[in-house]
Amino acid sequence: MDFYLTALLQGLCFAGIAFGIYISMKIFNIPDITTDGSYTLGGVVTGTMLTHNQPGYIILPAVLLAGALAGALTGIIHTKLKINALLAGILVMTALYSVNLTILGRSNLPLLNLPTLFSVVNLITDVNQNSLIILMGFVLILTLLIGYLLKTDFGIAMRATGNSEPMIRALGVNTDRMKITGLAIANALTALSGYLIVQLQGFADISMGIGIVIVGLGSVIIAETIINWLRITSVWLSLVLVMAGAVIFQFVLALTLNIGVDANLLKLVTAVFVLLIVGLPRLTGRQA
Amino acid sequence: MIELNNIHKTFNTGKPNEVIAINKVNLQINAGEFVVIVGSNGSGKTTLLNLVAGNILPDSGAITIDGNNVTRLPEYQRSKWIARIFQNPLSGTAADLSIIDNFRLAALRTKNKGLFIGKTEQFKAQVRDKIATLGMGLEDKVEQPIGTLSGGQRQALTLLMSVMDTCKILLLDEPTAALDPRSAENVLRIADGLIKEYKLTGIMVTHNLKDAGNYGSRIIQMGEGAVLKDIAGKEKDSLQQNELYSWFG
Repeated sequence: MDFYLTALLQGLCFAGIAFGIYISMKIFNIPDITTDGSYTLGGVVTGTMLTHNQPGYIILPAVLLAGALAGALTGIIHTKLKINALLAGILVMTALYSVNLTILGRSNLPLLNLPTLFSVVNLITDVNQNSLIILMGFVLILTLLIGYLLKTDFGIAMRATGNSEPMIRALGVNTDRMKITGLAIANALTALSGYLIVQLQGFADISMGIGIVIVGLGSVIIAETIINWLRITSVWLSLVLVMAGAVIFQFVLALTLNIGVDANLLKLVTAVFVLLIVGLPRLTGRQA
Repeated sequence: MIELNNIHKTFNTGKPNEVIAINKVNLQINAGEFVVIVGSNGSGKTTLLNLVAGNILPDSGAITIDGNNVTRLPEYQRSKWIARIFQNPLSGTAADLSIIDNFRLAALRTKNKGLFIGKTEQFKAQVRDKIATLGMGLEDKVEQPIGTLSGGQRQALTLLMSVMDTCKILLLDEPTAALDPRSAENVLRIADGLIKEYKLTGIMVTHNLKDAGNYGSRIIQMGEGAVLKDIAGKEKDSLQQNELYSWFG
C-alpha cells in the first residue's frame, strides 16, 4: 500500500511538469524539451538554498524565477533567432547541465534533517500522509491559479497563439513575446516539480532530470486521450485530467515494478507505455 | 487615410529567383473608400495588401495611416487601425477556441489582454445579440469551438469580429475564394454592409471580376507590381462587366 502512496505522492509532484508540458505542447503547440534541464534546475536551486538555510518563502520564488529564465531563453532562441523549437530546447537543456552542476557543486546533495516544505507543517504523525495533505493543497492551489490564468483575457490570447498565429497577430498580440512568456511559465512549472520532488525524496541529484520530459508527455497524452474521448471543452476539467494523468502515469510505473519487472527496464516500460497510449486509439480508430 | 509613397518591395534579392513584387507604387486611399484590387497571379496585389497590414515591410518608401508613419510598424501594432479577413477561413479564427473566446479577443484588438476575466455574462449577451443580426442561428452556439462551423459561417463571424473593437480599415484578402457561391455572396454582402454602417475604409483583393464590378467605390488593376488602372466614383459604377474582362484579354 505504501508503494502506491509513494506513487501518488510522486504523481502529485510531477503535476507541475504535466502542466508545463500541457502549456508548451497543447496550448502553444511548441515541442519544448528544456524540461529535463529546468526540472533539475528547480531541484538543485532548492537543494542548494535549503543547505544554505534560506527560508522557504525565498526558495519558492527563486525556483520559479530560475525555471522561467530557462524557458524564456528557449523562447528567445526559438522566436528571435528563428531556430527550431526542438533544437532551442536541446541547446538550453545541454547548457543547463553545466549550470546545474555549478550550482550544486557536486553530483548529489543529501538534505538530511533540513526543514523542508513537508516538515514545516505537521498535521498527522505519519510522514507520508502528512506529505500527501500538503502536496494536495499545493497542487490544488496550482491548478486554481493556472485555471484562472487560462480564463483571463491574457489566457485566451495565449490559447489563440498556439491555434491561429495570423489571427492573433492581426488582433494586436506580439506572438514572439507571447511564446517567450508561455515557455517561461511552462518551465517555471517544471522547475516547481523539481522543487517538490527534491524535498520529498530528501536529496538533489544532477541526473534526476534525465528523460523526465517523458513523464510530462505521458501525463498530457493520457489526459488528452480522455479529453478527446469524452469531448471535454472545459478548461478546468482538462487541467484536472492533466493532473490525474501525472498520477496515473506513476501508478502504472509502480504497478510494473510491483509485478516484478526488473527496475533496469523501467525506462523501456515507460516508453512502451507512452507508445501504447498514443498508438492504441489510432489503431482501433483505423479498424472502425 | 492610407498613403503609400514610392513603395518598393523585392523578394529573394540577389538570387536567381528575384522578384520585384511592388515597383515604386504611389497610392492614396481616402477614408470611407471601398477599394477593390484585381490583377493576375503575381501582379503584386496580395503583397500590396500585406504591406498595408504590416506582415511584410517595404524595402523603401513610406506608408502612413491617418497621418501616422507606420512604415516600420509590425503587424500587431497596426491592429489599432486595421482588421483583417484572410483568404483561408481557418486563419481568421482560432479553431479550438469557442465563438465567445474568439469574440472576446476581437473585442480587445486595440487594447491590452490583461489578467482579468472579461468574458462576463454581459459580454456574452452582447455578443449573442450581435451574432443574431447575421440571421444564421449561431447565437445559441457561442460556447461551441468555432472550428466546428463551416467556412462561410466562420468568415461571416470573422467579419463581425472586426467591428467588435474600434476599426478604421478593413482588409479583405480574397475573402470568398474558399467558399461556395451562396456563402461567398453572403459574406460580401455582410462586408459591404459593415463598411457602410461603420464608415470603414475597405481594401479587397479578389479574382472574381463579377464581385469586383458589383462591390466597391473604386477599382484598381495591378500588373507587374504597378498600378495599371485606377477608376473611382461614377466611372466605376458605370463600368461594364465585359469591359473588366477585357482588361485581362
